Amino acid sequence: MQTGLEDQLGLYQKRIPIFTRSVKGRFRRFKTSVLVLAYAMYFLLPWIPWARLDAPAQALLFDLPGRQFLIFGLTVYPQNIIWLAFLLIIAAILLFFVTGLVGRAFCGYFCFQTVWTDFFIWIEKSIQGERPTRVRLFRQPWDREKIIKVGSTHALWLLVSFWTGLSFVAYFTYAPQLVLDFFSGRAADAAYITTGLLTLTTYVAAGLMREQVCTYICPYGRFQSVMYEPQTLAVHYDAKRGENVHGRAAVRAGRGIVTERRHDRAEGGISAERRLINLTTGARALAERHEKGLGDCIDCGLCVQVCPAGIDIREGLQYRCISCGLCIDACNTIMDSFGFPRGLIRYDSESNLAAATRTPPRLHWLGLKTLGYGAALILMSGLLAYSISSQDSFDRAVSQIRQPLYVVLSNNDIRNRYQVRITNKAAQEQTYFISATDIPADALDLGGFSEISIKPGHSGLVQVSVHLPPALASKTERFNLVITPKGKPAEARSESVHFDSPNRRP
Amino acid sequence: MSEQKLQSQTVQTTGHAWDGDLQEYNNPLPAWWVYTFYVTVVFAIVYWTIYPSWPIGKGWIGGASNITYVNSAGETKTHSWNTRALLVKDLNEAAAAQKPYFDKVSSMSYEQIAKDPEMNGFIISAGKSLFADNCAACHQSGGQGVVGFFPNLTDDDWLYGGSFDKIHETLLGGRRGYMPTFSEVLSGEQIDQLANYVASLSGIGHDATKASAGNVLFHTDTAACFYCHAVDAKGRKDIGAPNLTDNIWLWANVPAAQGDAGKVAAIRGVISGGLNKGVMPAWAGRLSTEQIKVLTVYVHELGGGQ
Ligand code: SF4
Ligand code: SF4
Repeated sequence: MQTGLEDQLGLYQKRIPIFTRSVKGRFRRFKTSVLVLAYAMYFLLPWIPWARLDAPAQALLFDLPGRQFLIFGLTVYPQNIIWLAFLLIIAAILLFFVTGLVGRAFCGYFCFQTVWTDFFIWIEKSIQGERPTRVRLFRQPWDREKIIKVGSTHALWLLVSFWTGLSFVAYFTYAPQLVLDFFSGRAADAAYITTGLLTLTTYVAAGLMREQVCTYICPYGRFQSVMYEPQTLAVHYDAKRGENVHGRAAVRAGRGIVTERRHDRAEGGISAERRLINLTTGARALAERHEKGLGDCIDCGLCVQVCPAGIDIREGLQYRCISCGLCIDACNTIMDSFGFPRGLIRYDSESNLAAATRTPPRLHWLGLKTLGYGAALILMSGLLAYSISSQDSFDRAVSQIRQPLYVVLSNNDIRNRYQVRITNKAAQEQTYFISATDIPADALDLGGFSEISIKPGHSGLVQVSVHLPPALASKTERFNLVITPKGKPAEARSESVHFDSPNRRP
Repeated sequence: MSEQKLQSQTVQTTGHAWDGDLQEYNNPLPAWWVYTFYVTVVFAIVYWTIYPSWPIGKGWIGGASNITYVNSAGETKTHSWNTRALLVKDLNEAAAAQKPYFDKVSSMSYEQIAKDPEMNGFIISAGKSLFADNCAACHQSGGQGVVGFFPNLTDDDWLYGGSFDKIHETLLGGRRGYMPTFSEVLSGEQIDQLANYVASLSGIGHDATKASAGNVLFHTDTAACFYCHAVDAKGRKDIGAPNLTDNIWLWANVPAAQGDAGKVAAIRGVISGGLNKGVMPAWAGRLSTEQIKVLTVYVHELGGGQ
């Protein structure tokens, strides 16, 4: 009998702490700009003012007790829940679409977990120093320095977590008032509980658990893996180039070049001659290596040190890789400094790496799956845009009263009754008329309401009863109730409703 | 890495040895489990201090958390937390929230209430639950009644009148419908003649000779139906005698009867047996004045109000 892997390994594995080295480069710049943009949006949005007639002047307010979402000029009522469905469908398709093309781009650049972890690592680095210093601090006993540095890191993390939580709550209530109430102890219980919970989860997820969330908890990372195609671009180590015949080897010579380049850069870029010399020295060194059967990887380990997932990309594509691109930046820095060509680690596809003749990596748009997702994306976005732009100024729901389905009156007429609920979605009070088509005008009885006027965001209920003589009743299966806003005949909407009579039970 | 893991995970023993070489493996619980357990212990202690916990003698430790509410008499009550007090609090809060509406109900006339969109919405929802709690057992949830037992409140035929005032009067004082047992005073033949006459009034197929004989019985002192049902057989609302000329039937289940003969038989049954079961209880004293007013408007709005 074979023992399962779990039995051999034990179900529990202690976390190996990761100290990432910071790195400069294209992907780092991109990640930083996404972070700045995302934080600016998340933390500032609830503070943008927006004048409204009868609601708080907050541009983005999810007013749960008032049952309305105020999004700039748009008011979303629970009746518009379909938009949320559209939005979620769009988000899902976008994820599938992007993953098929460029792998886990969401994970690496946009996911909250990644963004917050990135920021927390930046805090850690700013206080405790670069990787070697942090490793030393970690090994050091708990002395004064360690307590102060680690303590202030955690304190700052908690502060960011707290503001993250409070900002979330600020989306649901008038933000300036919330902050005042919060610190004077007068805010709602829900505000304290939500802020507390989010403070805790942010701190634990971005400060303590980090890559473990991606590795063990997050389902997205796992199911994105199954969307990879052989043509999908992902972060890959070019093993053919890096290992050659005899594998990696360190470079002893060439340190001089690194210092030189640093020096040049400080003075505003490398001069044309210098680059030429670098490249020619690099090419010469590379030619020597190739002669000996050595690969281009100098085994400096920088790609491993910068990895927030703590993996070695040179072992191949792995489920833990969140596709953040930092190892590309790291390796490119090294390659530059030796005058070796860039791109030993790069975005490339599995099929291209396996091919006998390489082509430059490119996006594969033309797969059936990609085109299908693309079409679905355009379709759903169009539907959402259309649905929002063409929404009616009021909502109506006509429900037939089913107990009893019909009433036989003393003169044998048949009466059906309906409840009409009108919700005014416009910004001002509006009066509505109800009329009917396909039945005689006198068949409609609106009780006391020839018209009903409804405040913005409110609903009104009208009981409508319709009575028809037996002969007409047995012929009438459906008719239309027409609801017309006063003064806006173009916005009239009709609802087809059922008419029941004893001769024609449903 | 898996190999490293395997080597580092050799199982320790507890260090005790019995009978010379009998040892015990030490497999400690995972740290996360142990810490979770400690957290639950702390949670339990915090919970005891907040909520009622340990029994002491005949009482118990009430806990730090309280429930405060204002009852209907305006007194502020405070209890240590318990679900019963929570319910009372909820009930009082709901009553307080409804109060402005009920106050409005008592200050407005029926016609005003029926024409005010906001109040109308309140009547529809509050009336619905009042009706469901108190009236629906007989009149059914939609007010459609049961032929042979309870009148339909949604049609346009009213035994005692369908104005706001009449409905209110019915609700307050209740009603008792009565018709004598005619088998005691009339022969079977005469009852059959009367039944045919009554059928003729609503256009049901009947025996014309019997009907004309029934006509005479109806309008003379032999049967004296006209006393209650009026000379034109359209009934008298002041005593709740139904209109016999329309198509609405309460006691005789004519709509369900098969064929003309069946319908006449259903009518005959009511005449010969009489009625003493049309009882509606009085609601004054059982429901508050405002509740009865809400129900009045609600029943009126069920479709039949006049
Ligand atoms: S291997 Fe590490 S550094 Fe490289 S892309 Fe993946 S997660 Fe980022
Ligand atoms: S950064 Fe590049 S050169 Fe350095 S170890 Fe990684 S792959 Fe090799």
